[in-house]
Amino acid sequence: MGEPSLHVLEDRSKEKVENSDAVRINLYHVQKSFGEKVVLQDISLEIEAGQFVVIVGKSGSGKSTLLRLASGLEKPTSGDITFNDIPIKNSPAKATMMYQDSRLLPWKSVLNNVGLGLRGNWQAEAEKTLEHVGLLPFKDEWPSKLSGGQQQRVALARALMHNPSLLLLDEPLSALDALTRMEMQNLIEKLWLDQKFTALLVTHDVREAIKLGDRIILIEDGEITLDIENEASRPRSFTDSSLTLLENNILERIMNA
Amino acid sequence: MNKKAIQQIIPWVIPICFIVGWQLIAMNEWVSTQLIPAPITVISSAFTLITSGELLYHMQGSIVRALIGLLIGGGIGFILGVVNGLFKFSYNFTDTSLQMVRNIPNLALVPLVIIWFGIDEGAKIFLVSIGVMFPIYINTLHGIRNIDAGYIEMSKMYGLKGWRLFREILLPGALPSIFVGLRYSLGIMWLTLIVAETIATTRGIGYLAMTAQEFMQSDIIIITIILYALFGKLADMLARWGERRALSWHESYIQ
Repeated sequence: MGEPSLHVLEDRSKEKVENSDAVRINLYHVQKSFGEKVVLQDISLEIEAGQFVVIVGKSGSGKSTLLRLASGLEKPTSGDITFNDIPIKNSPAKATMMYQDSRLLPWKSVLNNVGLGLRGNWQAEAEKTLEHVGLLPFKDEWPSKLSGGQQQRVALARALMHNPSLLLLDEPLSALDALTRMEMQNLIEKLWLDQKFTALLVTHDVREAIKLGDRIILIEDGEITLDIENEASRPRSFTDSSLTLLENNILERIMNA
Repeated sequence: MNKKAIQQIIPWVIPICFIVGWQLIAMNEWVSTQLIPAPITVISSAFTLITSGELLYHMQGSIVRALIGLLIGGGIGFILGVVNGLFKFSYNFTDTSLQMVRNIPNLALVPLVIIWFGIDEGAKIFLVSIGVMFPIYINTLHGIRNIDAGYIEMSKMYGLKGWRLFREILLPGALPSIFVGLRYSLGIMWLTLIVAETIATTRGIGYLAMTAQEFMQSDIIIITIILYALFGKLADMLARWGERRALSWHESYIQ
């Protein structure tokens, strides 16, 4: 069975999108250690509301830890993190997360996975969201019948169902093949442009960082060593030589560190 | 004959040869028919037992005991498994004791149980309950503890907690393992019942077998053995049917 084509979301702006406002994140002298090992040292950072920020770095640099701190799943050893100046644990802002594995529950149908944790009549909204990721025909299937890329699209739909003010993406595309990855990048970009949540993506893939990020942060050994704005117009294409140049600069920076 | 028909016949070749051989031995009286009655004699006695209602009466007795024992023992095992799977304190508090009790063969308790409960229903139900409790306990515990921590973290992030977290994540995640425990328990259930019913009782398949022994009715003894085999198979089939329905999402069952 061929995958259905992705639906473009141009006309979604006309619908009433009940999106909670995007959130501004502040980290003040955040430090995180596990036992003796210091994973993040003294990170201070402000992420504007609605910005798409990409964190790159080598394995073990602490980038995933930073994401987990921003999700509230882990608490910093010292320092503070706020959403719109309110400490995370008191903040009404909703953060959802996409992981490297889709984490779809195998015992729930695709539709019920998308509606996970919701109450009331969420079914119609879930079907609409599934349609936006191009998977409505699969709503009654078990997740294990879907391909890896399709599973990640369901996971994306599930994350969006909660109208997040912050979407955290922990290398969600790293297990996908190159073509599916490009499709997913376009899809994430479209949904972000449409819903304007704050997005924080962790990736190994510098090209992906440049394609999606308004701002690219390099983390090395628990410290921010590079923080650059990327104002190229969207959608971005690598036929644009300035982007290729940027990619080379960042790669060179990572490799020589 | 096509391949499929042959495949369906092959499993039955040995049983059919067995019955034919058995009939031959009995017909030619190579062995006394008192020791080995002919299959036809067995069938006709079975028919008499069925039409007189005697068989049904004893079968009911055994099945009710088995089910009540399974319900009580399985219920306790399940609840203990869930609680110990979820709460570290309760696990630390009870698991060592449970493991010690588990290592006592339940049938070793027979003399004590007769003193406690007499030869009443209570004694048999108690023995069955003890027997089925541990496989269900261990597999429920194992099932709950082995749920991918990623699912739980993710589900909490999406606002699931308490009863909903249990019903939507923990229970379905543990279910494959719980079914393994259930099927294992069913075997123990029949085994315990067979022994318990031969000790002292006035109703049940075991009683039927014991009285038949006193009167040298080997045909009836054979009927009871066949009945236990059928019960065991039926129970397992029911459990597998339940498993297929409840775990239709599982890789092993997806068509």
